[in-house]
Order: sequence, then C-alpha cells, then structure tokens
Amino acid sequence: MSKPSINLIQDEIIDEFSFLDDDMESTIFYIMELGNKLDPIGEKYRVDSNLIKGCQSKVWLVADLKGEHLVLKADSNTDITKGLISLLIRVLSDQELGDIINADLYFIDKIGMSKIIGSQRSNGLAAMIKQIKLYALAYKTKLQSQS
Amino acid sequence: MTTGIQSINKKSKYNPDNIRETFPILKREINGKPLIYFDNAATTQKPLSVINAISDYYISYNANIHRGVHTLAEKATEAYEATRKKVRDYIVAKSSEEIIFTYGTTDGINLVAHSLGKTYLNKGDEVIISEMEHHSNIVPWQMICDELGAVLKVIPVNDSGELEIEAYKKILNGRTRIVSIVHVSNTLGTINPIKEIIKEAHKYGAKVLIDGAQAAAHIDIDVQDLDCDLYAFSSHKMFGPTGVGVLYGKSDLLNEMIPYRGGGEMIKEVTFEKTTYNDLPFKFEAGTPNIADVIGFSEAIKFIEGFNKEELFQREMELLHYATERLSEIEGIRFIGTAKEKISVISFVIDQIHPFDVGVMLDAGGIAVRTGHHCTQPLMNRFEIEGTIRVSLSIYNTKAEIDILVNKLKVISKIKRS
Repeated sequence: MSKPSINLIQDEIIDEFSFLDDDMESTIFYIMELGNKLDPIGEKYRVDSNLIKGCQSKVWLVADLKGEHLVLKADSNTDITKGLISLLIRVLSDQELGDIINADLYFIDKIGMSKIIGSQRSNGLAAMIKQIKLYALAYKTKLQSQS
Repeated sequence: MTTGIQSINKKSKYNPDNIRETFPILKREINGKPLIYFDNAATTQKPLSVINAISDYYISYNANIHRGVHTLAEKATEAYEATRKKVRDYIVAKSSEEIIFTYGTTDGINLVAHSLGKTYLNKGDEVIISEMEHHSNIVPWQMICDELGAVLKVIPVNDSGELEIEAYKKILNGRTRIVSIVHVSNTLGTINPIKEIIKEAHKYGAKVLIDGAQAAAHIDIDVQDLDCDLYAFSSHKMFGPTGVGVLYGKSDLLNEMIPYRGGGEMIKEVTFEKTTYNDLPFKFEAGTPNIADVIGFSEAIKFIEGFNKEELFQREMELLHYATERLSEIEGIRFIGTAKEKISVISFVIDQIHPFDVGVMLDAGGIAVRTGHHCTQPLMNRFEIEGTIRVSLSIYNTKAEIDILVNKLKVISKIKRS
C-alpha cells in the first residue's frame, strides 16, 4: 500500500496537535517526546558531510533514492529539533520526488512551530527543509537524464 | 512631559514594584504567560522616560545638529551635547571632548582597533586580549593584526572563570603595544581586576582599552581612577536605546589617533588637495549621528542616577545569590563561571539537556533567557561545552520570578529524566 499523501499526513498532524489547545508549553513538551522517540541515525551517518549546522542545534540528514521516492533519515543534537525532524520525516519521507519538490508545508505554521523552524540562525531546520527539496530536485534531474 | 519615572527618580529607595511600573514592556504576556525577562545582558528593557524622550525629540524638535542656526537645530544640538556632559560625569572623565558617541561597544572597539592600531602597531608588535572576550573584542584585533603583521596574545582563564593574572604578567613584554580586556564577562559575569591589568600594561608603555559593555549598568566607573586609556560601552545594556555607544579616550591619545571614518562633521576644511580634521570629539563622529537615541540615552543615565547606586547593586547581588542558591536545586546543573567577583549573570548547563531545548521550553512559559555560545566561542572551547543557558538579572527582576524559573527548570529536568 502506498503512503498517504503529504497533505493527508499534514492534516493528521494538525488534528493530533489540536488536542494541545494551542498551549505552547504542552506543544513543546509533546514535540520533545516525539524527539525522544526518533530512532537514532547511527554514528556512521553523524558526519560532517551530512551536517546542516545552525547556530545552536545541528541536523544530520541522509536522503536515499528508492525507486522514484526519497527516503529520509535525520538526527539532531537537541530534542526539540529531533521532534520537529520526526514530523518532517513522517510527512516527506517515502514520498514521490515531484511531490516533495512542490510540497507546501503548511502544518508547521498550523501547529505554531514556524517561529522555531523559521529561525535559521538558531537551528538547522529551515536549512534542512531546503536541503530535502534540493535532494529531491537533484534526484529527479538525475532520473530524467537517465530516461 | 511628566512620566511615572520622574516621581520616583529622587534617589528612591529600591522598590521592584515601583521600578517595574516604569517599564511598559514588563506588563505584556508571552505565550499567555506574564513575561519574565532574564536576558538583560543582551539588552535591558527601556523605562518610559527613555521612550518618551525619543518620541519627544521627533515630535517637538527634530533637526540635524551642530550646523544649523535655526531654533530646532539649536535645541537638538543642546540636547545631544547635554548627553555628552552627562556621560562625562557618569564615568568621571576629565572633559566632554573625551566622550565620543559610537553606535555601540562593537563599533567603539572597531574604531580603536583601526585608529589606534594604525597609529601604534608595527610588524611584530603584540596585542593582548583574553580567553573570555566577546567576539567583538577578538575579531577586530585579528583583522588589524593580520593587516599589520602584529601578534595576538591571549590571557588564559581558570576553572572558576577568572583571568590568570600571573600568566598575563608573563605575556606582557616590551613588544606589547595594546591590551584590550573585558571589564565584566558577558558569559560568566566575572568582574576582572582591570585596575591591576591597566597598571601592569602601563609599566610596558602599552595602551589599554576596556570593553565595558556589561559593566556600565552594574559597576561605578571612574575612568580617571582606573587610568584606562580607552573605555567602550553601550547605551542599550543600561536601559537606553540601541544604536548608541560611548568610546571614552584620554584626549592626548585620541588626538594622536587617526580618524576612523571620513565624512561630514569630522572635518575642519576640505579641498581636493588636503583635508584638515576637526577637533575632538567630532574628529571621530563622521556623518549625522543617531541624535534621537543619544538624547534618549541621557534619560537612561538619569534613570540609573535617580537611585542610590550602591543600594541598587546590593539588590542585584541579593538576586544573584538567591538565584544561584535556588538553581543549585536543579538535578544535573553545573555552573559555568564561579568567580569570587561577579555581576548578576549566571551561566549554567544541565546534564543531558541541550541549552537550545531549555531556551525554547522556557520561552513557551514566558521566560526569556539566552542560550548558546553568547558570542564567546573560544571560552566555550575552554570549558569544552557547546553553549550555556544564561540568566542575567536586572533591577526589575524579583525573587518570585526566580522561583518560577526554578520550578520550570525542575519540570524540564524531570521530563527529560523520566
């Protein structure tokens, strides 16, 4: 069975977060819990070539091509960033390249996290989103040139 | 215009409730919680008198200064120059010409690195800074040293976060031309023994610049008693507006130094063949300055002087000791910077919790702290940490706010360990 669409997953997440009643402390604690549950990426992937460095938190991102889908693995040195990464992976990993390139990640704003993700100086998340889209674009270009 | 502050500004007894009333921003909420502002080392909040002075300038007498002969220009010039006199008195300088307005401490240090550097440094000469400097007191010196072939030497910091003065004495030598040291560390809160540092440097004929950004609101500064050659600080860390700083310099030295920026105001006469420079302090104030904020700065100094300073500083110490004691209750806490002489800045890490996570979680609860390396990466390397959580207290903070912080940190620590 194929994975639900990007927007369907985003709507699921918005629905899950609605139980937190826009309470910022509860939201942050919930995201931290998600971060704690994210599978570690493994030391061999926590290398500089996979690093997206923010001022305070770091993100390691690995993107592999499986058919016409992009499979994402990521990790961070901070729990909140890890929690947000787990949401991004849930939405974007194993999706088609074209869908990733065109994705409008509206769930970030809806769950009140645009402030954290948008602050590129303090964390690597904004750069991570950009990097995922770049990977998708690069793989798509590569596939097109082979066909 | 009558403001709340004027009514309590007669050497008032310290009363946090009265003081809080004069800071409009302290009434606001963040994420549905009352704001608790513990990021005062980054910038302090502004009392109403400062805000009013700035808007009053724009509403009543906005004009460019020094050159105009009309009424508004004269009034603006008078207010701008009155601030210079106020600053002179505040730091006990000999004369107003020794007070140069800059855009902040960083700007002042860059001015000195450029102008003193080009006047004083030759290839192989040495500049001394310390391991606890803000990047603002590292990078300008690296730049000028690279340009001129001078050598940068660094005073180490001990485990408590104090300068190793004996090591400093050993680094000093006949090639030392400039010593540029922070008065109070923005990350550790350490108050450095600058009088001794200055005296030692002078034995070798070196000139001394003090970065006073974190000191000016907390410590009495008497530049003549300190005998420093130059002293830089910022308005916005002492209840004044951003975009205004002060560089004090001994007039003989300032006269020797070449100008930093060229333009209007800093000249006596310009021809295409030659330009003669203006007298102090205007030689270093090219272009239209930040008039409104300089005028606002005057009110910030009035605000501080309105209280018994000794009593204010004692209350800050009381808050520091209370916060340190209460924070010690947090499981896994480690203080970074435990110097004997400190201002009300507390840096710490909590075992297994990244400072970024703590900062974001506290913000969710309405508490503003600073997390990260605080623009002191070499110091972070010295303590082998990525960053700290920094709580910096000011006169409007209360013990009740510290209690809320400690309770939140306990919850955060518990969640992480559950």
